[in-house]
Amino acid sequence: MKTLSRLYMALIILFLYAPIAVMIVFSFNSGSSVWVYEGFSFDWYAELIFNSEMLDAFKHTLIVAVLSAVISTVLGTAAAVGISTIKNKLAKSAIMSVTNIPMMNADIVTGVSLMLLFIFFGKMFGLAESLGFFTVLIAHITFNLPYVILSVLPKLKQTDPALLQAAMDLGCTPVKAFFKVMLPSISSGIFTGFIMAFTLSLDDFVISYFTCGHYQTLPIVIYNMTKRTVTPDTYALSTLIFISVFALLLLYNITLSRSEKKRGAQ
Amino acid sequence: MKRIVNLILILLLIISTFTLTGCGYQYFDLELQGDYSNDLAGTVLNVYNWGEYISDGSDSGIDVNKEFERVTGIKVNYSTFESNETMYSQLRTAGVSYDLIIPSDYMIDRMVSEDMLLKIDTSKLSNYSNIGEQYKNQYYDPDNEYSVPFNVGMVGVIYNKEMVGEVEKSWSVFWDEQYKNQTLMFSNPRDAFMVAQFLDGTSVNSKNKADWDSAAELLKQQKKYLQSYVMDEVYGKMETGEAAIAPYYAGDYLTMYDVNDDLAFFYPKEGTNIFVDAVCIPSCCQNYEAAMLYINFLLEPEIALANAEYIGYASPNTAVINNPDYCYFGNEILYPDEENMPKTEYYRNLDDDIRYYYENLWIDVKLY
Amino acid sequence: MNKKSLGQNLLRAPYVLWAALFVIVPLVIMGYYALTDANGVFSLSNFSDLGRYKKAFFLSLVYAFISTIITLLIAYPLAYFMTKCKPGAQRMIMILTMLPMWTNFLIRTYSWITILSNTGIINTLLGKIGIGPLPLINRPGTVILGMVYDFLPYMILPIYNVMSKIDFSLTEAAEDLGANKLRVISKVIFPLSLPGVISGITMVFVPSVSTFYISQKLGGNKTMLIGDMIEYLFNLGPDYYNVASAISMVLMAIILVSLFIMNRFSDDADGGVVI
Repeated sequence: MKTLSRLYMALIILFLYAPIAVMIVFSFNSGSSVWVYEGFSFDWYAELIFNSEMLDAFKHTLIVAVLSAVISTVLGTAAAVGISTIKNKLAKSAIMSVTNIPMMNADIVTGVSLMLLFIFFGKMFGLAESLGFFTVLIAHITFNLPYVILSVLPKLKQTDPALLQAAMDLGCTPVKAFFKVMLPSISSGIFTGFIMAFTLSLDDFVISYFTCGHYQTLPIVIYNMTKRTVTPDTYALSTLIFISVFALLLLYNITLSRSEKKRGAQ
Repeated sequence: MKRIVNLILILLLIISTFTLTGCGYQYFDLELQGDYSNDLAGTVLNVYNWGEYISDGSDSGIDVNKEFERVTGIKVNYSTFESNETMYSQLRTAGVSYDLIIPSDYMIDRMVSEDMLLKIDTSKLSNYSNIGEQYKNQYYDPDNEYSVPFNVGMVGVIYNKEMVGEVEKSWSVFWDEQYKNQTLMFSNPRDAFMVAQFLDGTSVNSKNKADWDSAAELLKQQKKYLQSYVMDEVYGKMETGEAAIAPYYAGDYLTMYDVNDDLAFFYPKEGTNIFVDAVCIPSCCQNYEAAMLYINFLLEPEIALANAEYIGYASPNTAVINNPDYCYFGNEILYPDEENMPKTEYYRNLDDDIRYYYENLWIDVKLY
Repeated sequence: MNKKSLGQNLLRAPYVLWAALFVIVPLVIMGYYALTDANGVFSLSNFSDLGRYKKAFFLSLVYAFISTIITLLIAYPLAYFMTKCKPGAQRMIMILTMLPMWTNFLIRTYSWITILSNTGIINTLLGKIGIGPLPLINRPGTVILGMVYDFLPYMILPIYNVMSKIDFSLTEAAEDLGANKLRVISKVIFPLSLPGVISGITMVFVPSVSTFYISQKLGGNKTMLIGDMIEYLFNLGPDYYNVASAISMVLMAIILVSLFIMNRFSDDADGGVVI
């Protein structure tokens, strides 16, 4: 039974990694195709430095991901604190329903509806160009917000509201009480929300596709490339990203098990 | 947790320094004929062109956009489309603005009639005289007011001799059972209908809906033989031998042949579409002067030669056609003599009514 | 209004404004397009014209249904086996299942072409032993494979999350009381893991039913799913915004109905999303 279950897990992992293995192998292709393997070389990694279209797009992706994650974390945390204190059941469920929409709705519907809005505003203000950096940023913040709010809310539920009251009774201003008492107890939720927002933004294709205009992010450039011919430098960049994330997660895992062991020893 | 935040920051730092370094393109020592002095340095020119339609510096060729940036100091923001219709809708939507576009003949006709193009004063283009006389005063722009020809081409059939041997020189190969799962077809409705219409013996500009119905019927029958609908993915599929027969633009065949010499080409006996792609300035243009400089730059003999050799389409530029060093000098496919010239028909701008009709028929074909 | 509730209002005001402007208003605008014709006059013709697209709806629903079932069948045993591993190993497998999601899904989908095409890896290997080439690509099955592959982690994650919290002393108790393994799974483990299954199903079904791209690349671009249709029509330009909006509204309705149905199975009041 145990070997059978191991075999099963190994098969699924193999299935999940087959395309990624292809990506890594073909990033070292000496030929210019991602379909026919001709030999091993680092050429495409060197070539990557010259591919300004892709590097620009990567820069755009990082900028949008960082900004949208920061803004949605601040806005979302504030909102979560505000929402958690609503007493009126109807008002609360109304806000929560709206919060759920971008998360539950199909990405393509969110994308096209935002595009229609931006074009509508663009026409209203007579802009020559209604899509660009700001619209893709707004779109990303919009779909990030629910994830931040839903990561912070459960932590707020776990905190004792009397704690905040106690701090204020002891002479703290509400703002100081929030930062000194509330924030530390919900920080893990905020962190989860931020990481989730960052990841979602980094990977988003569908919503950016409809809202980015000239400000093309990496997934958009990759999409356009798959409509023509994909060259191995795309795979090279993706391999670099993959390896970085892999290393990061590995380190995280190691530090986590170490601290667990330490705790276990104590 | 702090450690992870630090790690992420370090990672971002590494990636961004990596992103900022670079630029290893070797500039060419160009002999330019036009005057490119300007006070527009630092402004941006949004160019919107077909995919694979400009010399981009690969295979140690000229990178046209980089050279233009160096010569003028104007930054080129280059993006691509895969059909006239996509380009048109992007402009109509007004979500994005462009300063320079390269549509085909019938689309220029439509855009002129809808007031979407700005006039181009060709007397201000010092290199305009390079355009051959036979490419001027075309039906879509009788007085050369809106467009400067960029490329000329015809559609034909590319096939792999190794995989299918010799084939009948007819569009009917795409309805032939023996090539099942080996054929590709245009995923762009106007071109796909063109193939069916030539086989059917009707005009590609028919005003009769029954003709379009009959072509759609043919396309539906054809579906069971097709491997897939493609546009520029055709390169990979034909070059690797994934597919055996595909309709595409003659110039692209030459590019594919460089990679795979099992490929061959013919113009079908029923006739085919001929087209001109020309440079235009859309009415949403924000940087008109820069666009004019760019057009003149494209007409430069050296630049036009680099483009003609990279793209592989027939050039309307006499400085290219008459240059004996041009790699397609006198090429029979690009520049057939009168005897070998196939029967051809230009696309014309169709009435809204017919256009909606065939665009919806195309959905029916796709969902058949 | 006292000072404290004023502060709370100030905290949520920016978000409420944001959500109204960028969540509600866009949907209202889309509804407006869906209910008007190209001249802005009220009309239901966009909805009565939907018959032309019925096959796209039908195929999307069928493909999404099949791929959701398959992902569930694959993910459920995996999650179960994972809970049987040591904590360290569990975390490792979790990371391994999540990691592919950090690589852009366009590239992961595109890579399958290299594996499955006529001149691809599998057919080359088969060719060496004298079989094939098998027609693996450009078929409906390939599209479903692409969906299963792309969305599998969304099914594994919630099921594992719920299952790892199940108190396994319950199963021991059931076994002690004479229940066999199958009975333990069907009567004890499955009901307890149901919330994870429900959220897994919604998290796979929604993107599957609305995807565009997978069928274009892996299905030979030979048919159109709802997502492909919406993309195609919006790309045709403003003349088609009305009918494309109507299709989007119907897609949204389909998703709402399926969420509603799934929620009836679930006791989780927060909408059943466990991440």
